[in-house]
Amino acid sequence: MDIFLQQIINGLVVGSVYALIALGYTMVYGILQLINFAHGEIVMIGAMVTITCINFLIGHNVNLPGPLLLALGLAMAIPVTMLLGYLIERIAYRPLRKAPRLAPLITAIGVSIVLQQAAMMIWGRNYRAFPAILPSDVVEFGGASITTLQIAIIALSIVLLIGLFLLIERTKMGRAMRATAQSPDVARLMGVNVNNIISLTFMIGSALGAVAGVLVAANYDQAHAYMGFMIGLKAFTAAVLGGIGNLGGAVLGGILLGLIESIGSGYLGDLTGGFLGSQYKDIFAFLVLILVLIFRPSGLMGERVAERA
Amino acid sequence: MLQVKNLKVAYGGIHAVKGIDLEIKQGELVALIGANGAGKTTTLKTLVGMVKPAEGDILFNGQSITRMPAHEHVNHGLVMVPEGRGIFSRLTVEENLLMGAYVRNDKAAIKQDLERVYELFPRLKERMKQLAGTLSGGEQQMVAIGRALLSRPKLLLLDEPSMGLAPIIVQKIFEIIRMIAAEGVTMLLVEQNAKLALQTANRGYVMESGSITLSDTAENLLANTKIQEAYLGE
Repeated sequence: MDIFLQQIINGLVVGSVYALIALGYTMVYGILQLINFAHGEIVMIGAMVTITCINFLIGHNVNLPGPLLLALGLAMAIPVTMLLGYLIERIAYRPLRKAPRLAPLITAIGVSIVLQQAAMMIWGRNYRAFPAILPSDVVEFGGASITTLQIAIIALSIVLLIGLFLLIERTKMGRAMRATAQSPDVARLMGVNVNNIISLTFMIGSALGAVAGVLVAANYDQAHAYMGFMIGLKAFTAAVLGGIGNLGGAVLGGILLGLIESIGSGYLGDLTGGFLGSQYKDIFAFLVLILVLIFRPSGLMGERVAERA
Repeated sequence: MLQVKNLKVAYGGIHAVKGIDLEIKQGELVALIGANGAGKTTTLKTLVGMVKPAEGDILFNGQSITRMPAHEHVNHGLVMVPEGRGIFSRLTVEENLLMGAYVRNDKAAIKQDLERVYELFPRLKERMKQLAGTLSGGEQQMVAIGRALLSRPKLLLLDEPSMGLAPIIVQKIFEIIRMIAAEGVTMLLVEQNAKLALQTANRGYVMESGSITLSDTAENLLANTKIQEAYLGE
């Protein structure tokens, strides 16, 4: 087996999910200069609602092909997370819009804890298995293997990324979002309802987060109430790596982080002479975060972030 | 068209505007002149809802707009070109212009208006795909004015259109301002370049530390010795 090629495949799978989540962080930051730390919990809730929904359908003997069940689960989870994203902004962040920047940041951490605890009350503290409804055929090539699920994850991520870019770059609404991110006051003069644009940004980010949560859960066959913390932190790292506030940067950062983590963990055992195994893969994300913050706080594609922060 | 009654604006205890009255009639080009910090920009910002007044009333075509949210003003034809131009530097020239038509849905007419702006400013047509932040100050001012025209203004508020521009560009911008006025757009022009403003306007108001101290025809203001001494540098 070709370990290097295998790790690249794994990295792309994980990285494309990081990219979807990182977009949620970066879009909100672009408009509000706020790190929405509750975004990781949105990802988790997206996964949990989908699993619950699929189990409910299976429990009621709904006999449908796996991908269709998954689509129905998502059709439930996406509106739920969008509503949640809307409410979080409306209730927790909007009243603090003119407050010092530390206040919404602490609030974001608070919201994150509230959602995590609420999820534990609803779904319990145990791991939830992802229903085995998806085909997991393995495709072999070049000494490496990839499952059909992983191919689907990458494909779906690409479709969503292209869709988002078309929305932001080619539609009137996207133009208004970009204008608002640059100058809310002037956008208002043009007739843009800035509050609506902000709500919309939270909702789009949440929808992407929900899909990402489901993809992660399907990939690892499980989900749990505190999964949002780690994946949220990693996606945040990806957003910072790419240059927070920059959409292209979030995608680049996500993919790169996925690759670094995957390739790094693949060779971690060799590198440390067996002292550290691949279970320590999480150190790479935080190593990247620390290095970026020290050497290039504006990220790979970012500009002017350092002066704003 | 616009009536302002006893307008007072305060920023955290500082009274920037201390109870002013203004009136602008359909088709007029009115100048608001005064020194730096007299409250001119605050007045304009209050007219478009960016700043909430402490007291007073603003009537637009007889309807009170004092408490109207900022983003609804453009629907009524009340449009401002902000101080410092306020262009979206990371949007292209064309995207900036189209932001002016944000509340409009008449696609064919928007396209026509866009072509008209390009006729008015051929330089912008050459640079339509360029990011607006890469333009010179004069070109950015053209974008800001062109963008305002795409909002189809009934009353256009211009805040310091000459600021930071070379004299030859200022001439060009004021030519355009006269042209827009000739087409029947009512305008309120805030300028530190009082001479140019009064030469362009029909009427003028003079603002001093938050109050209107003088109001007359532009001709009379230009002939007024006090104004000449204080603002015209003569």
